[in-house]
Amino acid sequence: MTTTTARGAAPARKATGTGTGNAAPRRRRRPRSDLKVALLFIAPALLGFVAFYLVPSIRGVYLSFTEYSVLGDPTWIGIKNYTAIFADDLFWNAMAVTVQYVALNIGFQTVIALGLALLMHNVAKSTLIRGALLLPFLVANVIVALLWFWMLDYQLGIVNEVINWLGLPRIAFFGSEQWAIPTIAGVNVWRHMGYTALLIFAGLQSIPNHVYEVASLDGASPTRTFWSITMPLLRPVLVLVLVVTVIGSFQVFDTVAVTTGGGPINASRVIQMYIYQKAFGESDFGYASALSVILFVILALVAFVQMKFLKGNESDLD
Amino acid sequence: MKKTLGAVAAAAAIAISLSACGGSAPASTEAKGEINYWLWDANQLPAYQQCADDFTKANPDIKVKITQRGWDDYWTTLTNGFVAGTAPDVFTNHLSKYPEYAAKKQLLSLDDAVAKDGIKLESYTKGLPELWVGQDGKRYGLPKDWDTVGLFYNTAMTDSAGLTAEQMANLDWNPQDGGSYEKAIAHLTVDKNGVRGDAAGFDKNNVAVYGLGLAGSGSGQGQTEWSFLSATTGWSATDKNPWGTKFNYDDPKFQETIAWWAGLVEKGYMPKLETTVGASLADNFGAGKAAINTTGDWLIGQYKSYKGVKTAFAPTPKGPEGKRASMFNGLADSVWAGSKNPAASVKWVEYLASTACQDVVASKGVVFPALTSSSEKAAEAFKAKGTDVSAFTTHVKEGTTFLFPIADKAAKVDGIMKPAMDAVLSGKKPASSLTEANNQVNALFK
Repeated sequence: MTTTTARGAAPARKATGTGTGNAAPRRRRRPRSDLKVALLFIAPALLGFVAFYLVPSIRGVYLSFTEYSVLGDPTWIGIKNYTAIFADDLFWNAMAVTVQYVALNIGFQTVIALGLALLMHNVAKSTLIRGALLLPFLVANVIVALLWFWMLDYQLGIVNEVINWLGLPRIAFFGSEQWAIPTIAGVNVWRHMGYTALLIFAGLQSIPNHVYEVASLDGASPTRTFWSITMPLLRPVLVLVLVVTVIGSFQVFDTVAVTTGGGPINASRVIQMYIYQKAFGESDFGYASALSVILFVILALVAFVQMKFLKGNESDLD
Repeated sequence: MKKTLGAVAAAAAIAISLSACGGSAPASTEAKGEINYWLWDANQLPAYQQCADDFTKANPDIKVKITQRGWDDYWTTLTNGFVAGTAPDVFTNHLSKYPEYAAKKQLLSLDDAVAKDGIKLESYTKGLPELWVGQDGKRYGLPKDWDTVGLFYNTAMTDSAGLTAEQMANLDWNPQDGGSYEKAIAHLTVDKNGVRGDAAGFDKNNVAVYGLGLAGSGSGQGQTEWSFLSATTGWSATDKNPWGTKFNYDDPKFQETIAWWAGLVEKGYMPKLETTVGASLADNFGAGKAAINTTGDWLIGQYKSYKGVKTAFAPTPKGPEGKRASMFNGLADSVWAGSKNPAASVKWVEYLASTACQDVVASKGVVFPALTSSSEKAAEAFKAKGTDVSAFTTHVKEGTTFLFPIADKAAKVDGIMKPAMDAVLSGKKPASSLTEANNQVNALFK
């Protein structure tokens, strides 16, 4: 701690100073007492982070180098799990299926949510309608999945009844290899688009109105305004939304678990489903941990790349 | 002050570790207290609740708390319970699951109890008690019931097709042309225009009623789907049963059987696999979408409950050598090794396996108890309800049952075989692709 920073920070501290019994001569040593107070405030979150994230993560990494069936002790087997994973066809299949899901899910979700957000911002100003958009998100994931599972049922579902009534052939939405992943992606788009739209909507509101006024004075068309003003100024929020939704999308599990269970054949065996199957179905917790570590690394890379190339931490407003 | 606290903590830790060590030795030698019992079949809950009430009446010191959980959650919850120490003292166990639990030392051996309390193993239906002797030669369960497979058919449909009960009970099958079994299935299939499956002009893409319903591909066991066919060819899933270590999914006899069965889809006599996801075999039968279902005797009650549908039962068809076959599966009750109350738990298991309880179960007419005498009573109870169950009992009488394949690593075998069988049944791969799956399965045991 240098005196320069202490001096530099002093005025600010004077304004927000705690002022409780801190005599003036001790002002210089305040950085340390700030740390204490800060720690006090961080403590609950830190405790939760250490107990529920850090320790389990470290243990997960450790378990990925072991053979462990829960009942019994883990045995250290080095990188055997990892070498096995790279030779495991089902792992590569799971990755391909997951990427396919993420592409469909994020693609549709982001575009639809952006559209909804623009509508919320410019057209639908009633709180009721804005609230209604969020409704699917308020229903539990599993319920949503089951609801669609029944509605899209091949024999008895209402959607297939309508298709049949239109004179078209019935579609095995969850049963056929071609349809399983698009269907699951669609169900999750339906559930999440309102929430994603809300995040983007908040971003839209932070764009100052005067920019639009200037644009309209200059005679810019609505399309031009959208691409030259809305999109660039929305970028930080969009990047954040993308990072969060992509990470969430990679971890799709519940919808798959309650509908297809990974089938037909391996068409919807996404990575989280495969991890669950290995761990809780086949009691192979070591292997499942190694899969999870790989997923962790992939997600960290994805987030890093998104932040880096989309410059999510900078705003064009300045 | 700090020191005393530390000492107290240390003493407490020792006490905890001591009591934890006590897990291997009987924690409580006295048979009293509350014990937890789990089962998955809701249809059987009333019968076992009555058993528990009777048991507590006879042993006022022991209370039994019964929890019913659906099959899908049952096993993961149980495994988690083993780890967390919250597993039930006694639970209904399945042949495909117990080998792993026994190997992981989660089950209490019942040999001492059987010897001490003089349980007569010969009074159970032949073959059942031995199923529960693990690879280490110890007994991990006392048999509670058994089941076989049969043909469930819609009598209105067989009547209109001109098939008599006599004919349905005497079908034969072979993997080449399917025998009279396939002829019956074809004849019972009707398309949207009312043309039967074996008539000219049958539209296989617009079927109104399938001759044979489909539950799924049956994974590596095909208990109710295909095992009653493949077994008549002399094929068995493993080199020896129980505790086989080499699987025979590469056998041409097996692959021929599966090829014939999968061929029914192509012919339009059986629904496509993709239409079965999320669907219930029994409900589609109840809705009149299939004429015959092959399934197990534990579903008799459900099939009888559909309004406007009359269901009758026929034994599975005779194979190429003139004999029938049915997988013989039996459940048992096991005691968790971590039970805090092993004495009371063993007593409850013995009661569950006794005539007193199994007669109660028999009287409900929902399942066949393991004791031969109780099983006969169950057949009578079914009869009193107007159900002829000879299609299921005939296998036991004539000795045409074969055992559920009991092997280690069942979950991993399933993880390979289910997608492999799905691929064949959905027509994505030929039956010969099962040879590759078989190699993967066998590699698990090397």
